[in-house]
Amino acid sequence: MKALSARRLRALCLKEAYQIIRDPSSILVAFVMPVVLLFVFGYAINLDSSSLRLGLVMEDQGPAAVQFEQTLKASGNFVVEAGPSKAALLERMAHGRLRGVVVVRGDFGARLAQGQGGAAIQVLTDGSEPNTASFVGSYVEGLWQTWQQQRGQNLARHERPMIEVQSRAWFNPSTVSRNFLVPGSIAVVMTIIGALLTSLVVAREWERGTMEALLATPVTKAEMLLSKILPYYALGMVAMALCLLVAVVLMDVPFRGSLLALFVLSSLFLGCALGNGLFLSTVMKNQFNAASAALVSAFLPSMMLSGFVFEISSMPTALRALTYLIPARYFAGSLQTLFQAGTLVPLLAANALGLALLTVLWLGLTAMKTGRTLE
Amino acid sequence: MTSRAALPRPEAPTAPPPGGAAIEVRDLVKRFGADGPPALDHIATWIAPGTITGLVGPDGAGKTTLLRTLAGLLAPTSGTVRILGQDPMAKGSLREQIGYMPQKFGLYEDLSVQENLDLYADLRNVLGDARRKSFEQMLAFTDLARFTDRLAGRLSGGMKQKLGLACSLLGSPQVLLLDEPGVGVDPISRRELWRMVRELARGGMTILWSTAYLDEAELCDDVRLMNGGCILAAGTPQALMGAMQGRSLHLTRLSAPRRDVLQRALRAPEVLDGVIQGDQVRLVLRDAGQRPDLGPIQAGPEAVLVEVAPRLEDAFISLLGGGPGGDSPLAGVTREVELHLDLDPQAVIEARELTKRFGDFTATDAVSFRVPKGEVFGLLGPNGAGKSTTFKMECGLLKPTLGQALVMGIDLKTSPSAARQRLGYMAQKFSLYTQLTARENLEFFSGVYGLRGDAQRLKIQEMIEAFDLGPWLSRRTLDLPLGLKQRLALACALMHEPEILFLDEPTSGVDPITRREFWTHINALAQKGVTIMVTTHFMDEAEYCDRIGLIYRGRLIALGTPDQLKRSTRTPECPDPSMEDAFIHLIQAFQAQLDEVVP
Repeated sequence: MKALSARRLRALCLKEAYQIIRDPSSILVAFVMPVVLLFVFGYAINLDSSSLRLGLVMEDQGPAAVQFEQTLKASGNFVVEAGPSKAALLERMAHGRLRGVVVVRGDFGARLAQGQGGAAIQVLTDGSEPNTASFVGSYVEGLWQTWQQQRGQNLARHERPMIEVQSRAWFNPSTVSRNFLVPGSIAVVMTIIGALLTSLVVAREWERGTMEALLATPVTKAEMLLSKILPYYALGMVAMALCLLVAVVLMDVPFRGSLLALFVLSSLFLGCALGNGLFLSTVMKNQFNAASAALVSAFLPSMMLSGFVFEISSMPTALRALTYLIPARYFAGSLQTLFQAGTLVPLLAANALGLALLTVLWLGLTAMKTGRTLE
Repeated sequence: MTSRAALPRPEAPTAPPPGGAAIEVRDLVKRFGADGPPALDHIATWIAPGTITGLVGPDGAGKTTLLRTLAGLLAPTSGTVRILGQDPMAKGSLREQIGYMPQKFGLYEDLSVQENLDLYADLRNVLGDARRKSFEQMLAFTDLARFTDRLAGRLSGGMKQKLGLACSLLGSPQVLLLDEPGVGVDPISRRELWRMVRELARGGMTILWSTAYLDEAELCDDVRLMNGGCILAAGTPQALMGAMQGRSLHLTRLSAPRRDVLQRALRAPEVLDGVIQGDQVRLVLRDAGQRPDLGPIQAGPEAVLVEVAPRLEDAFISLLGGGPGGDSPLAGVTREVELHLDLDPQAVIEARELTKRFGDFTATDAVSFRVPKGEVFGLLGPNGAGKSTTFKMECGLLKPTLGQALVMGIDLKTSPSAARQRLGYMAQKFSLYTQLTARENLEFFSGVYGLRGDAQRLKIQEMIEAFDLGPWLSRRTLDLPLGLKQRLALACALMHEPEILFLDEPTSGVDPITRREFWTHINALAQKGVTIMVTTHFMDEAEYCDRIGLIYRGRLIALGTPDQLKRSTRTPECPDPSMEDAFIHLIQAFQAQLDEVVP
């Protein structure tokens, strides 16, 4: 008996394809989930602050104070709301309507003139959201510094020479966080989809009693495994194409790499993700357990340890070592490179190698756990 | 136990015929887990080619494990298995020679009939002309030609079973293994399956058919009676039943209540086993010729014992050492039910034009009946006919679309909780908490029914004594033997001393001894005036009922005592119909009527 018969494999794949087409859940997972998740990741997780609502109390109406007010309003980072008193604005902050309040003190002009600028304004922020609070604090401080500097130049006063910081962001010139968040989230989304798709398929055969009938036929282990991977690989690639389309067309994220490289890396990555789901399904033999395990094992590590949100280089050593086992680490990195930098072969090749090794690991484990008997 | 020697010993099978056995099993042991109890305990048997052999026994007897081992799906722990001279675990072409139909038929429900056939034909290497021919054959054989485009999941139970059979028959295997093909299939479809299997055996195929129904096994050429992982007896049904000759009797022409008669008859030392069969009591004697004295049985002045043909179940019970006896300790702790004076004792349970619709499908269609106090009322019907829906409305688990379900005169729609306090409920799979111990289950259910303090402790103690649960109290319910789970479930359902008991297929898959014990308790309750409503598809369980309502296509198509129903279907061709004959006849007659109205 041959280990692999093309006819039996084709028959099994066809069966799998019919099941995919007729089962709305796999279509949902493959086509609807990526779009929804990408929009969630792309828009809801936004690290830019372009419209923070800021309250402003003008206790001094002198020319310098008005000038500062104009700078604040023109910065583009804030929606400035002027208020009658500090108390009234703090009240609005307590209700969450404002993210911070800037008070321009009554002695603003006087203090400036004496060179005691630091105490001339007061910045109050909402500490219940520390991230936003620190944004507000540092933006206002930055503005204040710039404004003072410019004012000094305008007044042609002699300044001590200082180091000037000029920052320029490479690979993401407009510093839109979406441009690096979206490729990273594609890796997370694809991890979830890949694991979910296959986590159900072997367990389903056990639950419905078809595994028994299948094992009683001359089907071989290789045929069984391949028939569980090939159709879902095709489905996963369609989902990947969908992700790419959504990112480039709908979300305006530029793609600078080659499609061939993307194809190769995605294929390798799907090998890991599908293998992971298949392994869980084979071991658990129960659809509900396998799907829950797939979701947890795919989602959390890919979110936390892929470097998509939290930088790997700033993790403790033990965790950093762990990231080498997370396929999303290689894939998120590759995607960010392909989207923002282009086809950097040495970097991508290293990632591809990592993915290939993990694919062998997961599929090997699955093959070990796939038996020709019911035990 | 005197009878055991009279039956063929399983340990020493006679030598296989000169042509060789189709299946040979030697000293087969199968354990799950290294130190688990053996699922198969030193099985030795052989099966002749071209026969239908019944593998008979209750759930947990080892039937499925044996079939799976034969199909090469499980590796034996020790011992050898040979099919057509080959080891099923070895790599080779043997798989193509074996057809195997698992319990759930092994069909892909989201594939059509044709797609299922195509898949299995490809997997079993059935190609070209042979494929076309066998498809034609199978579709004609199973009468599925009209349904090739229908999804397997949308076929009826009987049709699924036929398709499952067709898929396992592709490639013309020489050995066919069928794992409980009769489960979940109504008697009509089961008969049709028999016709098909009989035809296959005539063509030389060796068929192994596992079943929990002893009456079904009587139709086989050869039988292996299994219990607890062992083969208790082997032989033709005729030989096994022949050994019981003269020991099966009917006690007929009773003038005393049959439940009381059975109870007294089982006290006679000569009586090994007894069941209620319609208006009569059926007894099995320990030894042929030694009849019990009718005096103490008090069956009435005209009562007589008549010898009847033995059944396979008699042989099985005899092998297991006899039935459990007729006295239920439950009788001692159950109070006589006294109904409120305002209540009509003829209508303790009542259905008035009960109707349930799911969308545009009418599951129950204007069903009406009344059950008097102390009656055992059975609902019988094929799967999907609406008996469960009717039952669930009567015990308040479903709301009727139209009509009324009344319990002790209380409408379940308007005051369900008042009604529920008066009824007990036990379902097929025993609604027990399997992770709790037996005692914790008793405590939980008594608490749920509002028992507290001393009253609760007293009631639990009564139940422990009545059902002999003492030694099992600290065991996890999951680990209890089936018979004990059943006792515990019944104890839990009776905590609040309900006047009405609802039983939903209470004994399916249970061995005959455990089933008898269960009915002994039910009889005791009925004698105390508890009204009992039961759904079943076991024909011998139906015989225990005082009256039976037959549900088909959502309608109550017949209502009467078991004997009335049997008598009503008497024909010249079938002068003495069994309960199953009556069931089939009534359904077919009703179907014919329907077909006339809507051609």
